[in-house]
Amino acid sequence: MEVTERIRDSLHRFFDGDFWYSFTQSKITMISGGVTAVMLLAAFFAPLISLQNPFDPAALNLMDAFTPPVWAENGSWAFPLGTDNQGRDLYSAILYGSRLSLFIGFASVSLAMILGVTLGLVAGYLGGIVDVVIMRVADVQLSFPAILIALLIDGVARALLPNNRHEDVVVYVLVLAIGLSQWVNFARTVRGISMVERNKEYVLAARLIGISRPLIMLRHILPNTMGPVLVIATISMGVAILLEATLSFLGVGVPPTEPSLGTLIRIGQDFLFSGEWWIVIFPGAALVILVLSVNLLGDWLRDYFNPKLR
Amino acid sequence: MFVLIVRRTFQSIIVMLVVALLAFTMFRYVGDPVAMLVGQETSLQERAALRENLGLNDPVPVQFGRFVLNMVQGEFGISYQIGRPVSELISERLPATLELSLLAALFALLTGIPMGIYTALRPGRWLSHFFLTLSLVGISLPTFLIGILLILLFGVILGWLPTFGRGEVVDLGWWTTGLLTESGIKSLLMPAFTLGIFQLTLIMRLVRSEMLEVLRTDYIKFARARGLTNRAVNFGHALKNTLVPVITITGLQLGSIIAFAIITETVFQWPGMGLLFIGAISSVDIPIMSAYLVLIALFFVLINLTVDILYNVVDPRLRGDMRSSLG
Amino acid sequence: MRWKISMFAILLMVTISFAAASAQAKELKFAFQGTLNSFDPYNLNETFHLGTQGNVYEGLIRRGADMSIQPALAVRWEVMEPTRWRFHLRRGVKYHNGNPFTADDVVFSATRVRAEGSDLKTRIAADTKVVKVDDYTVDFITSKPNPILHFEWATWAIMDKEWTEANNAVSPQNVGGKQENYATRHANGTGPFKLVSHESGVKTVFEVNPNWWDNPNKTHNLTRVIFTPIGSDATRVAALLSGQVDMVYPVPVQDQRRVNSTPSTRVLVGPELRTIFLGMDQHSDELLHSSVKGKNPFKDKRVREAFFRAIDIKAIQEKVMRGLSEPSSLMIAPSLTPLSATHFKRLEYDPGKARSLLSAAGYGKGFSIGMDCPNDRYVNDESICTAVVSMLARVGIRVNLLAQPKAKYFPKILAPNLDASFYLLGWTPGSLDSWNVLHNLHGCPNLKNGGPIWPAGARNKITRGKFNLGGYCNPEVDRLTDKILGETDKKKRDALIEKAWGITIRDISHIPLHQQAVSWGVSNKISLKQRPDNVFDWRHVYMK
Repeated sequence: MEVTERIRDSLHRFFDGDFWYSFTQSKITMISGGVTAVMLLAAFFAPLISLQNPFDPAALNLMDAFTPPVWAENGSWAFPLGTDNQGRDLYSAILYGSRLSLFIGFASVSLAMILGVTLGLVAGYLGGIVDVVIMRVADVQLSFPAILIALLIDGVARALLPNNRHEDVVVYVLVLAIGLSQWVNFARTVRGISMVERNKEYVLAARLIGISRPLIMLRHILPNTMGPVLVIATISMGVAILLEATLSFLGVGVPPTEPSLGTLIRIGQDFLFSGEWWIVIFPGAALVILVLSVNLLGDWLRDYFNPKLR
Repeated sequence: MFVLIVRRTFQSIIVMLVVALLAFTMFRYVGDPVAMLVGQETSLQERAALRENLGLNDPVPVQFGRFVLNMVQGEFGISYQIGRPVSELISERLPATLELSLLAALFALLTGIPMGIYTALRPGRWLSHFFLTLSLVGISLPTFLIGILLILLFGVILGWLPTFGRGEVVDLGWWTTGLLTESGIKSLLMPAFTLGIFQLTLIMRLVRSEMLEVLRTDYIKFARARGLTNRAVNFGHALKNTLVPVITITGLQLGSIIAFAIITETVFQWPGMGLLFIGAISSVDIPIMSAYLVLIALFFVLINLTVDILYNVVDPRLRGDMRSSLG
Repeated sequence: MRWKISMFAILLMVTISFAAASAQAKELKFAFQGTLNSFDPYNLNETFHLGTQGNVYEGLIRRGADMSIQPALAVRWEVMEPTRWRFHLRRGVKYHNGNPFTADDVVFSATRVRAEGSDLKTRIAADTKVVKVDDYTVDFITSKPNPILHFEWATWAIMDKEWTEANNAVSPQNVGGKQENYATRHANGTGPFKLVSHESGVKTVFEVNPNWWDNPNKTHNLTRVIFTPIGSDATRVAALLSGQVDMVYPVPVQDQRRVNSTPSTRVLVGPELRTIFLGMDQHSDELLHSSVKGKNPFKDKRVREAFFRAIDIKAIQEKVMRGLSEPSSLMIAPSLTPLSATHFKRLEYDPGKARSLLSAAGYGKGFSIGMDCPNDRYVNDESICTAVVSMLARVGIRVNLLAQPKAKYFPKILAPNLDASFYLLGWTPGSLDSWNVLHNLHGCPNLKNGGPIWPAGARNKITRGKFNLGGYCNPEVDRLTDKILGETDKKKRDALIEKAWGITIRDISHIPLHQQAVSWGVSNKISLKQRPDNVFDWRHVYMK
């Protein structure tokens, strides 16, 4: 009941126009919001607006490989941004690639957030042995940095799954690997806040009048964490997309037959010295623009939820 | 304070044991250690003898105990690929990674904190906008791409800086350093910058937001009301309070700098532990992999321990928490 | 003040190290994509390791820049009878530590190279006896005649018995796995260069051997050589372009134009002897990775032909290899055979025919199959595989590609695992002769004639067809292969070779793709000779 009320509350705030007003206050925010929206929509409707399905090997023709962008000499309208080394249309590949990168980013950050916020709340509020156990788990987990965790999880997955199944689940393996490597940031921050908050008078008062612990955490402590959690989620989203690219660079990302933005960049970087710059520049630019607008949007969200910081 | 240190040390040891268990499991069960050591033609009898000789027939807890004992003595066995003791390999590579990581962290701190303070205190200025935009672009580019673009620009087009390795290295016996030669320092610049850039933006953003938060508190308002100068308020009071989370994050980041050095080392062919580890992964050299895992965990645990203790020194309010947990 | 002094000290050190660096004239710096692991010459049977070690250690014979066999530690040899060869050793040769080279070293090295832990056991058959006649004469007694006995001996290093024993390195590998083998980081050869220091994965330093026996005829002017491994393609090319190293290999095909257009560097390209091919599992009753259940489509020759015809080798040559490959109809570089390159023709690229062949075989709707591919072993291996995936997709075959590093790839696909249905592999015959390829890649992998192919539980005992992972088996080819080994008359032998290749090509035992090119990036400061087996022999390096 309480939760739905809260949701209704925030929706109400949104429709009141407060949110929208704040949004229209900054040009940069509007631009980045617009760019993010366009990229989200483009990624979502990629099958409708792309020129080919770059994940379908039968649609590719090797003889089209290394076609430059349309405005360059030998460019072709069939491939407005040129093609990569396999004859894949880069425009379509970027659409499908961002779709994959965004999905991996969203899914892994959601996973990290749910896990981290829950554990952080519990650890910070309850303290004691629960706190010790959770934070020691966090330490163990932290002692294996994102790349190592991803490599380990990927290795285990490869060992457990038969060869032909691995490709089908590699995206989920990546989500798991990236998500598990990021929850600690949420947990630590949320824990710190709830440790401070739980000693404040209003919490003590709530406890005195007999409100249950889960309810206190949810109603009184969780809202205090929203700002920092949003900031971390923003940074994490960018980090997750970049981490996926990095894993691809190290060879444990998505397979080259179904490239994400990161894989496209990895493939393209081989051609940086040889003059086929478009193979790396366009996916790279798409990635930078995507992460940049997500980050800018996050900055604004933080300011909105925490206007004191302006 | 003393109790705290003892308790946290004890917890750290448990953490290390868990990590050791993971490393042991990997060592023992990812691939057959005997098959890694011998050729294909080795007879079954010889294999059995070797199995006995390596102690692989003992009960698993005994094996684990021996693994931990060896580990404590810095004994990680012989690399399958290189044929040398892993401890030797790691101690050879350690200076390269630490030098790079510390320099990157130093670079990130020394540039990140002033930039963060500036953007917090002078939010409207174009330089602040420039810093913030730059930092966003900085974290939106993948590390390896930054590295390669730097190599292209400074190494190939301009020809100013070396593109790989550590340059001329001076051997001090227990440590090798590139900081004493010109080529060594030149070689450090691009990798340290590449590695530090992400941390820089993180620190800058953190300092900015913490600073803004602190400047809003009543404590600072009172300080201003008392008539203290802006300078005293900003640097004496606000900055001091900002430093707590900055210490935490920077400390924690130092560990991930060492880990992320894997990428930088790959791009710049920097002969550190990360490069050794990547090589070990592609050749399934388990002794190196498990040793690296344990070592990185050790770094993290030590850093965590230090940060926690510092935290307590800087912010005594938290001390009470340790005592009354469920109150 | 103190600060100033220490700054001065640092400056001084900088100056000194600078001066020291410039004082060393004729210092060759080169980089390769892989690392040099152990320096023990019997540790790893791999071209780069053996080639680099070959500058320090020498064999009884050596290969010239044109791959011709030349006398090295043996001055001459004669076949006394078909199963008894006599080698006369060079006198007055000294190892780097001053020890004299004698027949004892040859006998010792023959034992060590066949000992447990050696990766080069195939250099001398297990039943070959090595007998010392006198201090400078050694006899090799084989059980069967073998006209190519010494073909692979350029990479069989002769080690010093006394040095090896004194340093407790008699076994090529310490099987106990507890201690480092002394020969891993130290070397005592007879060759033109001495090993100074070896840090695997970091750098390896060599200096010239002033007492080399062949110094009067030497064709290099080097004093020092420094090797650095650089794994990343871009970094390696950048190191050459910026002049930090004098030679790098391999140069990725796409960067060759850039290296050539830089005034101070050039690319040397030559045909390599390695043949890249696709293999198909023809022995399993059901493929491990396929949607076809209960039968193996590759047992049907029409399916193999369909796969062959679906591959547009011209497109791979033009786009993936940028012209730096020679499409091949043979599983061996034609230059190593008596045949001309056009003697056998490749099956034409014809996707329409491929589709109808598949229909005729009962796979009109296509099927899916798993493909294994290395991604750090051959030139653009992963790109070739990705291209094959899309070419096969157009005839209705859905391929799930698994491209991984060689360290994971090889254990997966080689015996005893043989965990591959369709794979890409490359092969260079060490002896530079057809017999090696026929025996290793085309021989029936069974224990006795007509026995089960790749018998479970005994796969490690297979010698014939050890790398015939697809289990292709034609007894007629085996018969011809045995005849080729024993035949000493060149004309008759050539005819047998032609016949054997004809059969395997008709059977479509494999799908040969191409011979890739060797490509080295070289600074214009140096001149050198490029060998088609991709071995960098410093004996031919001359520095300006």
